[in-house]
Amino acid sequence: MAMQPAPQPRWMRWVDSRLPIFGSMAHFNAYPTPKNLNYWWTFGSFAAITLVVMLVTGIVLAMHYTPHVDHAFDSIERIMRDVNHGWLLRYVHANGAAMFFLVVYIHIFRGLYYGSYKAPRELVWWFGIIILLCMMATAFMGYVLPWGQMSYWAAKVITNLFSAIPLVGEGITTWLWGGFAVDNPTLNRFFSLHYLLPFVIVGLVVMHIWSFHAVGNGNPLGIDVKSPKDTLPFHPYYTVKDVFCIGIFLLVFAAFVFFAPNFMGHPDNYIPADSLVTPAHIVPEWYFLPFYAILRATPDILFINAKLAGVIAMFGSILLLFLLPWLDNSKVRSANYRPAYRVAFWLFVIDCIVLGFCGAAAPEGIWLDISRIATAWYFFHFLILVPIIARTERPKPLPFSISEPVVKTAARA
Amino acid sequence: MAEAEAHGHGGETRRDFIYLLGGAMGAIGAAAFAWPLIDSLSPAADTKAASTTEVDLSAIKEGQAVTVKWRGSPVFIRYRTKDEIARAVKDDKASMPDPQPDAARHQDGKPQWLVMLGVCTHLGCIPLGQSSSDKKGDFGGWFCPCHGSHYDTAGRIRKGPAPKNLPVPDYRFVTDTRIVVGEKPKKAAA
Ligand code: HEM
Ligand code: FES
Repeated sequence: MAMQPAPQPRWMRWVDSRLPIFGSMAHFNAYPTPKNLNYWWTFGSFAAITLVVMLVTGIVLAMHYTPHVDHAFDSIERIMRDVNHGWLLRYVHANGAAMFFLVVYIHIFRGLYYGSYKAPRELVWWFGIIILLCMMATAFMGYVLPWGQMSYWAAKVITNLFSAIPLVGEGITTWLWGGFAVDNPTLNRFFSLHYLLPFVIVGLVVMHIWSFHAVGNGNPLGIDVKSPKDTLPFHPYYTVKDVFCIGIFLLVFAAFVFFAPNFMGHPDNYIPADSLVTPAHIVPEWYFLPFYAILRATPDILFINAKLAGVIAMFGSILLLFLLPWLDNSKVRSANYRPAYRVAFWLFVIDCIVLGFCGAAAPEGIWLDISRIATAWYFFHFLILVPIIARTERPKPLPFSISEPVVKTAARA
Repeated sequence: MAEAEAHGHGGETRRDFIYLLGGAMGAIGAAAFAWPLIDSLSPAADTKAASTTEVDLSAIKEGQAVTVKWRGSPVFIRYRTKDEIARAVKDDKASMPDPQPDAARHQDGKPQWLVMLGVCTHLGCIPLGQSSSDKKGDFGGWFCPCHGSHYDTAGRIRKGPAPKNLPVPDYRFVTDTRIVVGEKPKKAAA
């Protein structure tokens, strides 16, 4: 099955005998990939291409952007109005952040459905969560750069989360700000970190990919590869599939950039930052809404005040994911063979969407109640439901091998 | 020969000791160098220096409030009415998250002047209540719209997620109608 590598030209052999780069690339090409991967497996490549798009547009934007409280807002307006194609760069970068989260969230839900976090892929999962955390930090600091009203108040509210830490909290926020309020030192360091973190993400992505290349891809059946019959070489089979899908993904991305570039943004961010006036309704970008809902929904818990409890719950909701491989100790990976887990999974998806709506609504009346129920469900799902299902559910019988059901359906057709 | 001696016969050797010492020196060196990097992010000398603001109170009428900027944050200054003071004092014994009597919120003999940082102690939004048309919340003081914190007429938190009263900064009366925000009040003598 494995393809014969084409004979290398002499110069490649010359390089390879000194530094085996082409040899390692051949490993990538021939990398045996389960042959039953479905379209949910293409979201990883969407994320990768988006990261590249963000790096490229970001680096060029940084050539036009001025990280100073007196000039940042104007430099963005100049990018929009005067810099050649500046509007395009900025809209690609701003919408790219949203597309990045969309793709990564779907990628994560794929993992939750197919049990991709289970042995032997726990490290793959861990690197994924660390990437998510870095993306969140990057996107938050990027959003501060245009120095509009939403930028400023996002910076203020989020840095203030740290003031919830007992005793040292106030000191930490002053240190984060480099002053007594969000101001120029804050903007400067955010710019520096916003430039740095995406490259850290690149490094983490390498670790993420390396760690599943070492053990092989999972697949929708959730069973291990038994023989070379179960796999295809990555190139050309999956390179072609991925490139085709990336084309479709880029169409969606472009539709936002060209036809609805401000659809996901907030008009208030076109008002310059004012440290004396908070906008009437501050909300984060959509991709943070579920977490924002959790932050606001949490009441006083025992001796912990609501502020600290909210911060703990919000960070906890992500850190919890690190434990998932052990909370869910069912040996069966794919939800296709786990009837009870499958129901829990879809309820959880709905719960996350509900939390998103709660995060956008004012935290009063009925919305506060819904946020509290949805927050409780979030934790109930991971801490109680999933472990119980894993220990009591009776999974459906698994196919013997990856090629078996494929051959069967083919025979039936 | 020297090599054999260094490896020793089980147990600790000179080489183990040198490894340990070398490692420890490296760690101490790295930590010592990390500190200036970390501390450089704390407020710089000029940021700290520009930290007093003088305010003329003579133009403020009873019942009115003004907002001034001090160290990048708003300071609320309110000339409280008799009613507002009475309402605050009456609630001194009410249960609240951060109990403080009204007397601890203003300077001695000047209950009419309430000077506080206008920064919600929840997550830092600016509460409403400075202008007469603002929503002032359930306790007639200030209301933070971000996540719904209610402050009373002494700036004490009464309801909502904020854990602390609005902080009272250091300020000093230079004359009866002028204050400097950011300076400690002179001791009782004045
Ligand atoms: C992980 C990848 C990245 C994410 C998620 C991200 C996210 C963001 C976001 C959300 C904004 C605010 C957009 C707006 O509302 O205007 C922004 C702005 C900005 N980013 Fe990034 N970014 C990434 C990578 C980079 C890189 C690698 C650079 C350059 C080295 C960069 C430079 C900038 C600059 C200069 C701005 C201000 C211009 C603007 O607001 O459009 N970004 N970023
Ligand atoms: S910042 Fe005021 S209630 Fe949250």
